[in-house]
Amino acid sequence: MVRHVKRAMLVALAVVIAGAALPAGAQGLTLNGAGATFPFPLYSKWSQVYAAEKGVQVNYQSIGSGGGIRQFIARTVDFGASDGPMTDEQIAQAGGRVLHVPMVAGAVVPVYNLAGIGPVLNFTPDVLADIFLGKITRWNDPRLARINPGVPLPAADIIVVHRSDGSGTTAIWVNYLSKVSAEWKARVGEGTSVNWPTGLGGRGNEGVAGLVRQTPSSLGYVELAYALTNRMTFGAVRNRAGQFVRATLSSTTKAMEGALKNIPEDYRVFFTNPDGRDVYPVAGFTWILIQGDQSDPAKGKALVEFLWWATHEGQKYAPTLLYAPLPKSLIGRIERTLKSVTIKGAPALP
Amino acid sequence: MVVAEHGAAAPPARTGDRPFQLLLAVMAAAVPVIIGAMLIALIAAAWPAIQRFGGAFFVTSTWDPVRHEFGVLPFVYGTLVSSALALVIAVPLGLGVAIYLSELVPGRLRAPIGFFVELLAAIPSVVIGLWGIFVLVPWVRGTLGPALRSAFGVLPLFSGPPLGIGMLTAGLILAVMIVPFIVAVSTEVMRAVPRAQREAALALGATGWETTRTAVLPYARSGIIGAIFLALARALGETMAVTMVIGNVPQIKASLFAPAYTIPAVIANEFTEATSDLYVAALIYAGLVLFVVTVIVNALARLLVSRVAAGPAQIRE
Repeated sequence: MVRHVKRAMLVALAVVIAGAALPAGAQGLTLNGAGATFPFPLYSKWSQVYAAEKGVQVNYQSIGSGGGIRQFIARTVDFGASDGPMTDEQIAQAGGRVLHVPMVAGAVVPVYNLAGIGPVLNFTPDVLADIFLGKITRWNDPRLARINPGVPLPAADIIVVHRSDGSGTTAIWVNYLSKVSAEWKARVGEGTSVNWPTGLGGRGNEGVAGLVRQTPSSLGYVELAYALTNRMTFGAVRNRAGQFVRATLSSTTKAMEGALKNIPEDYRVFFTNPDGRDVYPVAGFTWILIQGDQSDPAKGKALVEFLWWATHEGQKYAPTLLYAPLPKSLIGRIERTLKSVTIKGAPALP
Repeated sequence: MVVAEHGAAAPPARTGDRPFQLLLAVMAAAVPVIIGAMLIALIAAAWPAIQRFGGAFFVTSTWDPVRHEFGVLPFVYGTLVSSALALVIAVPLGLGVAIYLSELVPGRLRAPIGFFVELLAAIPSVVIGLWGIFVLVPWVRGTLGPALRSAFGVLPLFSGPPLGIGMLTAGLILAVMIVPFIVAVSTEVMRAVPRAQREAALALGATGWETTRTAVLPYARSGIIGAIFLALARALGETMAVTMVIGNVPQIKASLFAPAYTIPAVIANEFTEATSDLYVAALIYAGLVLFVVTVIVNALARLLVSRVAAGPAQIRE
């Protein structure tokens, strides 16, 4: 009896040792990542599909973009994820060659709660900026009335609602306002949290949505995906071509195409307010952050292969989860970026 | 080892005493050590902000993550005022319930009422926050706010449009959350008052209320104050439910209808997405301020309790 137990234990021990000593192939590898909450549903879908297809576990923790960047700098994760690009200072802290790889894009829409008024309102960039600056305070302001002919705008105060938590949604929204309004840029600026000139703060997309739903004559901004799944009323925004466009996944993808020539080689840009027809102007990337020179051969290769898969086959999962997939014209550039990744000096991809 | 020495001359109980005392001493020491370690860790992590802003942090009202100007004054104000408001509402209510439960309630009703009070304490704060958004906020906007405004609108305290979101709602929701603490502890304290106290008062011809006021409440005073400060500590640190209804605007306004902000709320809101070092340090500095505020409040509570704990001996002056 005792001998049997001993033998069983020895076998178990041998298995454990053999497992640890096996040459680390792609099978059974785990890639650890952390960061933005916005793409979490998509990344977990990818993780699930990729594990089933390729046997590589992608473990993603949605701890927020700031946390993702911190973990990436500290090199406690294999990849970071963020809705806002890293600053030059952060890249210097991280050391090495930091790559931002765009995964998908999301749009941010102005949602409102006006009794009897459906998803028909139009907004121009200057009107949006002045509402959020607290300079336009009434719904029946002549400037709003002029761009919304025939809409019975009430003589009520506009209750502005913004995010109170730091978020990529805010970063995209205020980046857009900074681009279209010199006064916004000078007085408020941009970032994941700003010093709001007016309005109430709601926590998270759900907090803003809750406040807008509950407060008559309010106006806020949420992620397009959130507005769609919760059937919120949102308006159209005038793009640079002068058209009022409602956000859709295709008008967001078109925005990326429109911005293509202005997207730098390192992709570190908010592509808000781009050129082009039928583009929705308030949208931004969500990125995965990796080191361009990987040190672990097995992990480095698996990571680049995963990102290749995510920006190709993986894109087909984006629309059903309400993310705007990358345009074909951008994927060619991302392929070049991924091919530039090296492992100890040698290219990671053939 | 202890078992082996069982037959020896020394009484068996003594052998285990030393190690046991040592173990308990280590456990007791762990608490101050943990608090000290927390304080050191907070100061170290907040150091860039302490160096940069120093004491000005406490008197600055700007919170601008873009320009890296940080001041904690509106958050301290919001934290203290919302908690004070909660106490103003919750103390009379909680004491009323406690007096009813300990002095007046028929025996068969005591258990169910006590059960519901404890149930209220068990509801997670995020659920209370949702209830706040969907029930309390519309009620304050539609009913309570306009009523207060028409009755006391001349006071700056109730000026401006009631949005439903703001300091008043935060105070109300905190009151709901801390009432169970006050009720549960005060009831137990009052029930612990010796029967002889009540009987003596009744024998002197006191009515029911007079008995409670002259014999029960003074006797239970220090316990009740302890309950109130326990509740206050909870209110000061409460995060989720408050941030969902307070409006999250760092400003100091006289009106209770205006939105405000608290220290725990700003930390919870901004920490995860704070990217620059100074920004993170400023948030941790705010946490340090909350720590200090809580310590001061607790010290005051101690002082107050030790003053009044002089106790039953001098009940009637």
